[in-house]
Amino acid sequence: MRTIKSRSRVATAFGVVLLVAAATFAARSAPATDAEVDIDQFTFLPQRITVKAGTTVTWINEDDVPHTVASSSKVFKSKALDTAGKFSFTFTTPGTYDYFCSLHPHMTGAVMVEAASGSNAAQ
Amino acid sequence: MTSDHGNERGVSRRKVLECMTWAGTGVLWTVAGGVPSSMGIIGEARAAKPSGLTFLQISDSHVGFDKPANPNALGTLEEAVNKINALPVKPSFIIHTGDITHLSKPSEFDDADRIISQARLDVHYVPGEHDVLDEDVKLYRDRYGRGTKGAGWYSFDANGVHFIGLVNVVDLKAGGLGNLGNEQLEWLEDDLKGRAASTPIVVFAHIPLWSVYPAWGWGTEDAARALDYLKRFGSVTVLNGHIHQIMQKVEGNVTFHTAMSTAFPQPAPGAAPSPGPMKVADDKLRSVLGITDVVFKRGQQRLAIIDQPLQR
Repeated sequence: MRTIKSRSRVATAFGVVLLVAAATFAARSAPATDAEVDIDQFTFLPQRITVKAGTTVTWINEDDVPHTVASSSKVFKSKALDTAGKFSFTFTTPGTYDYFCSLHPHMTGAVMVEAASGSNAAQ
Repeated sequence: MTSDHGNERGVSRRKVLECMTWAGTGVLWTVAGGVPSSMGIIGEARAAKPSGLTFLQISDSHVGFDKPANPNALGTLEEAVNKINALPVKPSFIIHTGDITHLSKPSEFDDADRIISQARLDVHYVPGEHDVLDEDVKLYRDRYGRGTKGAGWYSFDANGVHFIGLVNVVDLKAGGLGNLGNEQLEWLEDDLKGRAASTPIVVFAHIPLWSVYPAWGWGTEDAARALDYLKRFGSVTVLNGHIHQIMQKVEGNVTFHTAMSTAFPQPAPGAAPSPGPMKVADDKLRSVLGITDVVFKRGQQRLAIIDQPLQR
């Protein structure tokens, strides 16, 4: 997966310079507090995660069967993630985001997004 | 296949299903006029030479799966098809209860079709959740959806038996189980309307229509409503896949049965942390994969369902 991803990045860089520049700016402006959720044994781990607004959460499928990450209120939905497949979503608005695997709906999880202002004020 | 509404042989079709299990080897179901009676094992069933209808169920072929539990799921599907071709009584058709592919890739559907077509039989499919990974279920419907409703449900008649293929793998709700949905349930109610209660019914769908193990999602949220429409029928057989192991239950006139996968086994409910593919010793794999042979005998009031592993 990593190889494919870096290859596609390289291809993008050569192909559409402007888009890459835009993406780079976006990445720089996001906080460096990205979070990861593993999908393992038909479970989201951690099942509930609390992040600051602006955090990008990445789900990684460690199982031998495909899973999806689907917001219960349809805010986000991944394609089917095969083994080692990843899906990322950046949470910009505070709130609770319940999600589930649309293939195995007994698999549920939640992302709690807190306002980023608190941490900014502390800085 | 004929529509057979006139329904003369009412009594002979008022059937109740029975079953016997040989763990890991075979299951034989008999329909015997409401009187429980065990049938012999496969050899005897064969000897009975059915004059009615024989059909075959395969399930969960997961073409494209290549993980340790079975690095060659296409190969074991081919072995299953070879087994079908070697049956002494050629089935009239095949029912595939879903998860044809592992990842809904066109190449996986192509490979599955190439192998399954070697049986040279009509195949009636319903999708598993692995067959509908594209959002709009287009890949599945383009191939198998002709003449079906919604996400692919339909019914047909063969030898006086009414077959109903249901789809319970789309539009699943968070925290829930398999799902039929209101539109399909209304269609089902309508499909059954006016049919004689003596008509044997075979319902097939991917996820079990009975609550096998909800903690792993092994059940169907709104199956009770479907079963309510079916309860006036004297003989209802429900064939499912999804759980990659043989399991059955008899509830009144309804017999529930799940088939083995042709690709990989899954653990018994609760026997592992998750229902993921189960790795067994290489020399044991073919004893937990297999096909299901179903025999409906006219006039003899008998229907037999026999699960056969690829290898004993």
